[in-house]
Amino acid sequence: MRQRLSAHALRWSGRLVVLAILGFIVLPAVVVGIAAFNAKALLTFPPQQLSLRWFVNAFTYADFQTGFRNGLIVTLVSSSIALVVGAAFAFVLDRYDFATKRLLETLLLAPLVVPHFTVGLGFLILAAQVSMSRGYTVVVLCHVVLVLPFVLRSVYISLRNLNPKLELVASSLGARPTRVLFTVTLPLLAPGLFSGWLFAAILSFNEFTASLFVTGQKTQTLPVAMYNYVREYADPTMAALSVVFIVATATLLAFANMFLGLGKVLNVEHAR
Amino acid sequence: MSSMPAKLIPVPVSGPEVDAKPRDVAVRLDGVTKRFGDAAALSEAWLQVSRGEFMTLLGPSGCGKTTLLNLIAGFLFPDNGEVFIDNALVTDVPTFQREIGIVFQNYALFPHMTVADNVAYGLKARGVARGEIAGRVADVLAMMKLTGLEDRKPRQLSGGQQQRVALARALVIRPKVLLLDEPFSALDKNLRGSMQVEVKEIQRKLGVTTIFVTHDQSEALSLSDRIAVISEGRIRQIGTPPEIYRRPADRFVASFIGEGSVLRARLDRIDEHLAVARVGTTQVTVPAAPLSGLSPGVLVDLFVRPEKLRLGAGDAAFEGVVSTAIYQGDRVDLHIDAPHAASTRVLMRIPCHEAVPQAGSRIAIAIGDTDATAFPVGE
Repeated sequence: MRQRLSAHALRWSGRLVVLAILGFIVLPAVVVGIAAFNAKALLTFPPQQLSLRWFVNAFTYADFQTGFRNGLIVTLVSSSIALVVGAAFAFVLDRYDFATKRLLETLLLAPLVVPHFTVGLGFLILAAQVSMSRGYTVVVLCHVVLVLPFVLRSVYISLRNLNPKLELVASSLGARPTRVLFTVTLPLLAPGLFSGWLFAAILSFNEFTASLFVTGQKTQTLPVAMYNYVREYADPTMAALSVVFIVATATLLAFANMFLGLGKVLNVEHAR
Repeated sequence: MSSMPAKLIPVPVSGPEVDAKPRDVAVRLDGVTKRFGDAAALSEAWLQVSRGEFMTLLGPSGCGKTTLLNLIAGFLFPDNGEVFIDNALVTDVPTFQREIGIVFQNYALFPHMTVADNVAYGLKARGVARGEIAGRVADVLAMMKLTGLEDRKPRQLSGGQQQRVALARALVIRPKVLLLDEPFSALDKNLRGSMQVEVKEIQRKLGVTTIFVTHDQSEALSLSDRIAVISEGRIRQIGTPPEIYRRPADRFVASFIGEGSVLRARLDRIDEHLAVARVGTTQVTVPAAPLSGLSPGVLVDLFVRPEKLRLGAGDAAFEGVVSTAIYQGDRVDLHIDAPHAASTRVLMRIPCHEAVPQAGSRIAIAIGDTDATAFPVGE
């Protein structure tokens, strides 16, 4: 009986701990989300009156509009370049053995170790040297370097999970190498390629530290524009933008889940 | 005692064969060598597979049999020697131009395609007209008893069904040679037996030349027209299952195929084709080839199959003590400690209806005169 009671207590306390942790994870988003609807120009909690005016402000503020457009351009271009480059390197690492393989791997994953502000500062100095600072090129290049490791990882894991015999069978059935690539290899890698691209895109769109160094007035991305806004105003526009961010990302992931299955997109479940 | 057996076919050991007519040869390997780094995975392999033949490459894992298969498939290219398919030199021809069908151990079905698309893959790659594809796919699916499963994905199929799809996909292109890489190993025991029968029947019906890789000697003995026994990168012997079983060319083949015991015997006589070994007073006729160079009087190792030993009376060759008697249903396996044994125990197999000696009893054992082989005393 005593044992049962303690088991009972343990079970309930365990559930409470899990609930507390989950609550703690979503708490900031909830607080910000509610604050976004505050009618007053104050970031207070809880709000006294509700309004959508900060959402209107977020969508109409000129710097945010250009920031959003810039961010979209930089994100699409850089994550696509990173996908091609990362996939190519992943193929090389997976299919070939060579003396400097480990070195190459280390170098490709290095941006995970180097702080973003270092990468940003480095690109700023380099860009000034070749006098192409404050253009899109340097921002895109910077973002490619930052997101490359994520794409590389994702594609590399997918390649490792690809049964090499499938390609052998395809060639035995008379398929030329390019046909094998387009009918077997790429379709089976698609979830890995897409998840790599998606993570790169989300990271790139949210990237702030390095972007602060390499963007200029004309090329500033949304996070940079938000930072500049916060330096001047302290109203709930930020909170409203946060809600937009969360909703947009969640929608994106929901679509990804619908068409490919989140397990495959996140590379946790392996198609065999 | 030593009445010569009527027919003793000289067994072709690895080496250039000249018997088959060129146009009947489907696959030919001429002295093929493949090295990985310094190690030779396959050295100087000579092999001829006749059209319509079921040829098995048998050997322990890592012996080079899969390397041999990969060389025929074009997944690997030899360092020396030539490969011919249908009398055409294909040594440097890439896989997709070789017109082979292959079935792997885990079937390697395309997971993103339906059964029908899997089977149609090779026909599409060849640019066969769409109407013809549909007909040929339907035909081969019917033959493999897969009708109705066209729209399933591979993961929705049982292991046996997946195997049939893999076979259908390989056969539908009418390959010049069908390569089977341990295709039965992933199936459970009951299914394996029925699939083996089925594959053999289809192979015979279609008359497709088949090269089958396995490490399972009983599978090899029951399915093959001929077997090539491979060990340490060398083809040790090529022959029909009875030839391999009854006249193993060397110690490795003798001990790898089937069961048996090794007895210490004395070489009495050696001629061009036959030799006579003696255990006690019993003389046993054996092929001379493995003993060439030895002179009468020396000790040799005599390999005998368990069913060739019997309880003896006046004709006993040696004596031993029964260590264990194992009931097998239709027969009893006796493990016998005997001073004449060169192996640890002597294995003897007697039918159940005979009086079975108890463990611990001393028995006299006679040796049948046929189907024994002798080799120089063990390396």
